[in-house]
Amino acid sequence: MPIEVIFFIEVLVGGLLAGVMYSLVALGFVLIYKASGVFNFAQGAMVFFAALTFVSLLEMQWNFWLALLVTLAVMVVLGLVTERVVLRPLTNQPPITLFMATIGLAFVLEGLSQLIWGSQPHGLDLGIADVPIEWLSQRWNVNISQFDIFAACIAGLLVAVLAVFFQKTRIGRALRAVADDHQAALAVGIPLQHIWAIVWAVAGFVALVAGLIWGVRNGVQFALTFVALKALPVLLIGGFESIPGAIIGGLIIGATEKVAEVYFGPMVGGGIESWFAYVVALLFLLVRPEGLFGEKHIDRV
Amino acid sequence: MLYREAGQFKSSYAEDQQIFPIRQDRIAIGLLLVVAFVVVPLFGNQYWLGAIITPFLIFALAALGLNILTGYAGQLSLGTAAFMAVGAFMAYNFVLRLPWIGVIPAFILAGLCAAAVGIVFGLPSLRIKGFYLAVATLACQFFVLWALQRVPWFTNYSSTGVVTAQQISLLGFAFDSPERKYLFTLAVVAVMALLAKNLMRSETGRAFMAVRDMDVAAAVVGIPMMKTKLLAFAISSFYCGVAGALYAYTYLGTVEPEAFTLDLSFRILFMVIIGGVGSVLGSFLGAAFITLFPIFLNLASGWLSHSFGMDISHAVVSNLELMIFGGLIIFFLIVEPNGLARLWQIAKEKLRLWPFPH
Repeated sequence: MPIEVIFFIEVLVGGLLAGVMYSLVALGFVLIYKASGVFNFAQGAMVFFAALTFVSLLEMQWNFWLALLVTLAVMVVLGLVTERVVLRPLTNQPPITLFMATIGLAFVLEGLSQLIWGSQPHGLDLGIADVPIEWLSQRWNVNISQFDIFAACIAGLLVAVLAVFFQKTRIGRALRAVADDHQAALAVGIPLQHIWAIVWAVAGFVALVAGLIWGVRNGVQFALTFVALKALPVLLIGGFESIPGAIIGGLIIGATEKVAEVYFGPMVGGGIESWFAYVVALLFLLVRPEGLFGEKHIDRV
Repeated sequence: MLYREAGQFKSSYAEDQQIFPIRQDRIAIGLLLVVAFVVVPLFGNQYWLGAIITPFLIFALAALGLNILTGYAGQLSLGTAAFMAVGAFMAYNFVLRLPWIGVIPAFILAGLCAAAVGIVFGLPSLRIKGFYLAVATLACQFFVLWALQRVPWFTNYSSTGVVTAQQISLLGFAFDSPERKYLFTLAVVAVMALLAKNLMRSETGRAFMAVRDMDVAAAVVGIPMMKTKLLAFAISSFYCGVAGALYAYTYLGTVEPEAFTLDLSFRILFMVIIGGVGSVLGSFLGAAFITLFPIFLNLASGWLSHSFGMDISHAVVSNLELMIFGGLIIFFLIVEPNGLARLWQIAKEKLRLWPFPH
């Protein structure tokens, strides 16, 4: 194959896999938005908090699985506390108030995690090296990191599990009912507050997974909170309410961003990754205002 | 007893339509202006004027700008800092390249540039709503900062990207000391706040509020959606642009694009929410709260470590501050979701009946 084509494939696949990593973060947003209509800005802080807790426990010579279990428990408790302290008193407030409250929550989490664990960056190693897969680079001269593949598999697994959870289990059905109509769900006896607590706990779990994957890639440091900003255009394209949308949106954003960065970026002086995804999402929205899989809202007067 | 409008009869249309219909309000505003223009510069010290009161006024203006868009027209925006950046850097360029036009026209032109950017990034609001729009305005935030960093013309080919705001003077009167800069800021903010207050009771302001309450219904009764939404973006960005120019000229002195990060946008959004959505007074109260609160926390932590002999490290203090700040925001939203302006309203209602509530 000519070298340009190989290079293009490399860029494209790299972008697609990076996009999957964005989707991991976007999933947390979708879960909470779907079930409670809250745009949870604290998701980035949750990712940071989970990763920092886990890596600090590991550095205290804890067993890997024990650390994972304890971090998961911490995230679940965090979700429950958030529901009790922040969300319950704010029931029936306009969405912007809830959104602001989650920004406040993000501040609390950022302060808390650095207060407990300190603010120095940590490295994280899950045992899978971030190196190109050998046989691919020998056979076709294409460099694709095996860690990217691993992350993509994790994301795929997570989506599959969540899809089954939402479609097949009793709690999942209750979650979908709450997402459709709070009042109707209450009327048939679904306890709204339990549902919200469960959703926040699940979002904490997703944040932990995202935090681990991103922590290996970029190190566990404060910049991890900005990962959330990368996930927002993914949400715009996929739609705020759709789990598959988060994956598809991530793929689209990842691929276009990487390709644009490599081929178009040098023409305008580079550094376009800070805004390019947003502009792509914006153009997308002009055609489809609810994203690809978002729910169409019919306005009634 | 003191605050009661009984006996104040309106005998002409002009009287009926004045901005502050209650006599006590007019007196209070007059007193406030006298205090702000005369007493504060006479008795305030340099540190207070330059480092606390001037930025408070500037943030209040920016919050007012955002409040016009979010509070009155109902379009959530997270790009406030970007509009401020446009105002700051365009003011710098107008003063630099067209020195003969004077500082006020330069600021107005800078505001108009911000308004133009606001209209461009307000265009998606015709198609998308709510959080989709909020996230879309982030595009503005990131794109504008990127452009200011990458296009050297904006910073006059400065190698570091940092520009130093020129000395400003009006009719030969140089605004060089903190007192004078304060007076200049105050004059601009007072005039623009009055204009905003007036705008909100005009046809335009009522159209904004109709769009906020329900845009489909507003369109049905014949309010032009495109014109109203874009006008809201334009006016809001104009206010933010002028606030940005003031930020550069009367507060910071030297500016770089990094001064206008997303954090600043959020801080201004906090001011609007804590102060009160859809209230001119609320913008000022919110700005006062957000500017003064970190100073208060700093003093408190210094006092704590001093009186208890605890040696609290700087990192711990800043993390604690962050936590308390976040916690307080949540607390405020839970206790008074309508903001400080609502508290003032309740106080006024109470004052009307005081001291004979029956």
